[in-house]
Amino acid sequence: MIERPNTLRVPLHAIAHGRAGDKGDTSNISVIAYRAEAWPLIRDEVTEARVHQVFAPLGATSVKRYMLENLRALNFVIEDTLGGGVNASLAIDRHGKALSFRLLGAIELKVMRDMLPDGSPYLSQ
Amino acid sequence: MTNALHIGCGAGFAGDRYDAAVPVVRHLSEQDDPRYLIYECLGERTLALAQLDRSRDPERGYSPFLGRYLELVLKDTLAHGVRIVSNLGAANPVAGARRVQALARELGLTPPRVAVVLGDDLRETIQDDTLRTYPRLDGAALLDRQITAANVYLGAVPVRDALATGADVVLVGRTTDSALVLGPLMHEFGWDEDQLDHMAAGTICGHLLECGAQMTGAYFADPGFKDVPDLAHVGFPVAEAAPDGSFTVSKPSGTGGVVSRATVTEQVLYEMHDPAAYLVPEAACDITQMTLTETGPDRVTVEGVRGHARPEMLKATICVENGWMAEAELSYSGPNALARAELAGRIVETRLREQGLNAPIAIDLIGGGAGLDRGNLAETLGRGLPADGDYRVRLAMIRDDKAQANVLIEELQALYCSGPAGGGGFRSSLTAQLATGSILIPRAEVEPNIRVEVVSP
Repeated sequence: MIERPNTLRVPLHAIAHGRAGDKGDTSNISVIAYRAEAWPLIRDEVTEARVHQVFAPLGATSVKRYMLENLRALNFVIEDTLGGGVNASLAIDRHGKALSFRLLGAIELKVMRDMLPDGSPYLSQ
Repeated sequence: MTNALHIGCGAGFAGDRYDAAVPVVRHLSEQDDPRYLIYECLGERTLALAQLDRSRDPERGYSPFLGRYLELVLKDTLAHGVRIVSNLGAANPVAGARRVQALARELGLTPPRVAVVLGDDLRETIQDDTLRTYPRLDGAALLDRQITAANVYLGAVPVRDALATGADVVLVGRTTDSALVLGPLMHEFGWDEDQLDHMAAGTICGHLLECGAQMTGAYFADPGFKDVPDLAHVGFPVAEAAPDGSFTVSKPSGTGGVVSRATVTEQVLYEMHDPAAYLVPEAACDITQMTLTETGPDRVTVEGVRGHARPEMLKATICVENGWMAEAELSYSGPNALARAELAGRIVETRLREQGLNAPIAIDLIGGGAGLDRGNLAETLGRGLPADGDYRVRLAMIRDDKAQANVLIEELQALYCSGPAGGGGFRSSLTAQLATGSILIPRAEVEPNIRVEVVSP
């Protein structure tokens, strides 16, 4: 039997899900732990500074993080990242619907196997 | 006193599925009274387009989709006493009410009693120049352009008052989307405006319902990670609310989709900023102590929503003319497609600049991260994409002058014969733009103008 390492390097997408919403030129993106085991890591590692780095190339001027322990969720409010907003943007995705996936794909983390949902495709790494 | 209210959502935006409400109405018909059906169909631009409709024809200006939605349900909602509350009234709720009554006659039904809420259209009472003096929330630079619509977000109180007339159908223009739900709750449970926790709980119930299937597995499915059964037939959300402010969300039996802690968590945070202060006219809603409990298959009970003092100012959306947006696309495929697609974009950019068109241009490589990078080509090229493959270059530009905007389209199209090898599949669009911004307006400027009218059959 092959011994698999107990830790993996995976994108945030492996341990969290989220959703993007827009209001004016502000995007908000939730980051929600699939499993309680992953919540402390998400809370500690997915910081305002790291999220700002992800969105700076799109023009983001500030990022505010709100924490919801009750929902095992973070809510990021990202200013000036929607090219003026849904009715002014030149982007193909004027609402920024895809931005939750930009975030979930851009942040890489070292995680324990038990932080992933059962059956996750990332477990076969 | 009523001890439970059943409410469902039939549409979450103006382009939503027309028949989604049919299973919702069936579900509601099987519940005890009182029962309500909401349709949320009024985006920021949608209302401005409706204003233009009304300016051309005073009998129009309600949602052009009103008939498409209601013709499928009106017979059953009237037969079962399911009251409809919707912003399908758009820029002209009174004309919308007459259209509902005409539709009923066409369907062989007794025309319903319809009440409308008026007073959201700020241009009825305030000059455009005065609107420009109020504090601006966003879109500040735009607000000096030609205004096409200015509507303030009314709250749930006028919706409640419209229901008190005994109307079968209530049509509003611009209210908060959540007011479509909070209004019925205030009406049925006798909640008062100073019960802030209740105002907040009803708002969060409305917030969860008003985007339709976004709470029941849509805008959620991610195969292999978040699997959703039968999304093709996703059930739209329904809620059972209690007088204490708690409520349980679910979906009609026999429909696809899923309702879980995960779907509700994603949707409750959708378009929310500070979770301790989600602002609506009635309260600052606080979900930081809220609990979500899975109380059955596809059932989540929501408790512990708190309300804090309501905001002093109301939010209004201003819609302005914003020129023309040109978009054009061309595809490159096979060996070295990435370089050919990039070259195509650079050629057009060069030629636009040479013609003095210095407006911002988006250059996307579809297939390389256009959705992630939002026109920032350097970001896409920095991703280390495969040289071979299938890339579609997309360009976009906004200009006040239609002909100037169209130059972008002409320049990309010219690459059929004058560009890199193998470019094909040119498509383009040139669309009039209505941009939006927001202002804050004192209640005293708004509240005296709010009124409810009953449109008799």
